Amino acid sequence: MLENETIEIESIDINLWYDDIQALKDISIKLPKNKVTAIIGPSGCGKSTFLRCINRMNDLIKTCRVTGELLCGSTDIYGKDIDVITLRKRIGMVFQKPNPFPMSIYDNIAYGPRIHNNLNKNGLNDLVEESLRSAALWDEVKDKLNKSAFSLSGGQQQRLCIARTLAVKPEVILFDEPCSALDPISTTRIEDLIGKLKKDYTIIIVTHNMQQAARASDYTAFFLLGEMIEFGKTKHIFEKPKQKSTEDYITGRFG
Amino acid sequence: MKNNERIIESLLFLSAITALVIVSMILIFLLKEGGPFLLRTGISDFILGMKWNPDPVAGEPAYGIFPMIVGSVYIATGSLIFAVPLGVSCAVFLVEVAPIWVQSVIRRGIELLVGIPSVVLGFFGLVLLVPLIREYFGGYGFSILAGSIILGIMALPHIISISADAIAAVPNAHKEASYALGATRWHTIWNVTLPSAKSGIIAAVILGMGNSIGETMAVLMVAGNSTVLPEPIIDVLDPVMTMTANIVIGMNYATGEYQEALFATGIILFLMIVILNGISYHMLRSGKIIQ
Amino acid sequence: MINIAGHHRILSHDTINKIATLILWASAAVTISFLVYIIGFIIIKGIGVINISFLLESPRMSGAEGGIFNAIVGTLCLVAIAIITAVPIGVGAAIFLIEYATDNPVTRMITFGVECLAGIPSIVIGLFGYAFLVVYLGLGFSILSGGLSLMFMILPWTVRASEEAIKTVPMELKEGSLALGATKWQTIVQIVLPEALPGITTGVILGTGKAIGETAVIMYTAGSSLLLPHSISDPVRALPYHLYILVSEGISEDMAYGSAVVLLVMILIINVMAIGIQKMCNRRRK
Ligand SMILES: Nc1ncnc2c1ncn2[C@@H]1O[C@H](COP(=O)(O)OP(=O)(O)O)[C@@H](O)[C@H]1O
Ligand SMILES: [Mg+2]
Repeated sequence: MLENETIEIESIDINLWYDDIQALKDISIKLPKNKVTAIIGPSGCGKSTFLRCINRMNDLIKTCRVTGELLCGSTDIYGKDIDVITLRKRIGMVFQKPNPFPMSIYDNIAYGPRIHNNLNKNGLNDLVEESLRSAALWDEVKDKLNKSAFSLSGGQQQRLCIARTLAVKPEVILFDEPCSALDPISTTRIEDLIGKLKKDYTIIIVTHNMQQAARASDYTAFFLLGEMIEFGKTKHIFEKPKQKSTEDYITGRFG
Repeated sequence: MKNNERIIESLLFLSAITALVIVSMILIFLLKEGGPFLLRTGISDFILGMKWNPDPVAGEPAYGIFPMIVGSVYIATGSLIFAVPLGVSCAVFLVEVAPIWVQSVIRRGIELLVGIPSVVLGFFGLVLLVPLIREYFGGYGFSILAGSIILGIMALPHIISISADAIAAVPNAHKEASYALGATRWHTIWNVTLPSAKSGIIAAVILGMGNSIGETMAVLMVAGNSTVLPEPIIDVLDPVMTMTANIVIGMNYATGEYQEALFATGIILFLMIVILNGISYHMLRSGKIIQ
Repeated sequence: MINIAGHHRILSHDTINKIATLILWASAAVTISFLVYIIGFIIIKGIGVINISFLLESPRMSGAEGGIFNAIVGTLCLVAIAIITAVPIGVGAAIFLIEYATDNPVTRMITFGVECLAGIPSIVIGLFGYAFLVVYLGLGFSILSGGLSLMFMILPWTVRASEEAIKTVPMELKEGSLALGATKWQTIVQIVLPEALPGITTGVILGTGKAIGETAVIMYTAGSSLLLPHSISDPVRALPYHLYILVSEGISEDMAYGSAVVLLVMILIINVMAIGIQKMCNRRRK
């Protein structure tokens, strides 16, 4: 099924505990490069937890413990000599609720580049514009770059957060239910955007909106109670799932 | 980069342990200055001794601080008798009854009351309260009563804000259950809210006790500073000296053993307060009023 | 038919409720009137003494004549030292406790230390300042000794206020920054501290208020000199201590009222500033 794909990230038997509650059980999955992979499943099944493993945002949770291997290329993300800063720079993340910083639109985008590279003013301006254009936000905000990011609508804020992530030039972008706080029109725009971004980025998106997974993704993984039940081409998962529980979920019999 | 982060974390850790270091050094220096004296005199002779005469014209000095311990406890208790009922009902009012604008007036008022310097309160007590007491109740005016009232005013804001936190921490569901059974607001407050907030309020009272025992300037100015026990012991119009006042007055001219005796008084004071605060801290913590 | 009128008692629930509510209102009114009465009394009695020369002249004859300028300078110097030292340590401690510390015995000891220090009576801190700073370190009665002793007193308040302020910074903002590959410290400096700044400032201002009014801590650390200081190793007399001396040595009741008014006005200004900052940032949040 993945024969023609380059593998960007591979997880091998990932287990994860919060204190002594196991939230992920033996997750093994290969995530293909320059494709959109959707992770679906009922609420609480460990989608966000898995996603946050990939850029080690789970390090922030003091009770969290991980075993197994998570390979990016040939390096183990949980290896000893991994610098999480570089890792998160390469693997960006967009959150469920838009979380712009309390700064101007411009400063939001410039935040990452200012931390990571020494661009001169023009270079920074160019990068801000480029990122906003890639996130399909430039035309809407080009005249008010110095306005507070909070003056934008929810959908615009989320695209700002995407642009902010693009500005540090990651290779992988993780989306954790990026549209769940947005209206349908904004949702469509972000889905379109994700479709365009996969040309340059590997994208993993968590969603509990089945239509979204079906529309926007190439591959789909179905999670249930901390286990990965099924993984395959999105078309196959939605048209003829192999597992009974996948079918039940997709046809809306639970969740 | 990694190294920088590590250095910063160590610096932050150093800032964090500063308070602990200071507390330990306070204890060490008190013990260094007052400890030997305490051992020499005997702890029980010091604490239970009835006579304080450190600087006698003739004969042996006497270092007994029992009258001052009584004075401190007396005035602190008096301040609570005055401040607790008022403070707790004010807290209930604040959380359960007051309209929003009144709430903010009271909160501002409490902040301001905390801010009034204790010398200013002592001065106020001296020029207004002491003469009033002398006129209406007789006696010297400088008295346990005056000290208790002034300290009660100082304790009020603390009692109010901790009790208010405890009352606000009572889950709404409990109160709603009571209202849903047709109880009046007062009935709910008395039978549901206050009992649930009890441990927080008791903690506030204990903390208030500690604060009052530790208070210095105001009480020094109104309590009369007599080193003998009130006669009869229940006479609230008699003057007393607190441990804190003893230190302030003594430090003016104490040297040698006299000064050591003052540091020893400091040790006793320190221990009393740490114990009281420890109890209250523990109660607030286990009652989840603070994290 | 359902009887909703209730039983007939001498005191119905409704009456008890009304009386209780009245008592609650009254208790609040009494508390506020204490405050108003104390402040009003002092200000009315003392306002007549206040004029430019009272504020700007040096005291003469132990303070019976002249002004209180030197004591105001003394207070400002002491408070400045206290704040300059307490703020970095206090904010640093709060950052450590909220952002770095895990729940272990060391952390619990640290928090206990802060709580303990907050409870220690000011006269005991004064004794310690005298034994440690004045005598042991040989700093003498000086602005430095007094200022540092004041710092010991306000440090726990600075820690607590900063902790409260830092706690309110939403997790999402921090995650947003970390997910871009910012380090923890970069996130703290660029995201957390700016967000927490109004809260920290309010805490510091209220701490300043405490320091201004404090007497017992500085009596035996800062000295009681009425001369103007030339350096931080000179002794000074702070305004509240000056007030105490004026009263306890029976020097001048008028001057005492005047000093009390000045102290109260300083505290009022401090409180108004704190309220102003709270208002300002509430508006910004919206
Ligand atoms: N910080 C945490 N501490 C403890 N348990 C957590 C934490 N975050 C998530 N969990 C638990 O892990 C499980 C998976 O959560 P999550 O990954 O958020 O699910 P999803 O994103 O699929 O809704 C849930 O049972 C949740 O309660
Ligand atoms: Mg989730």
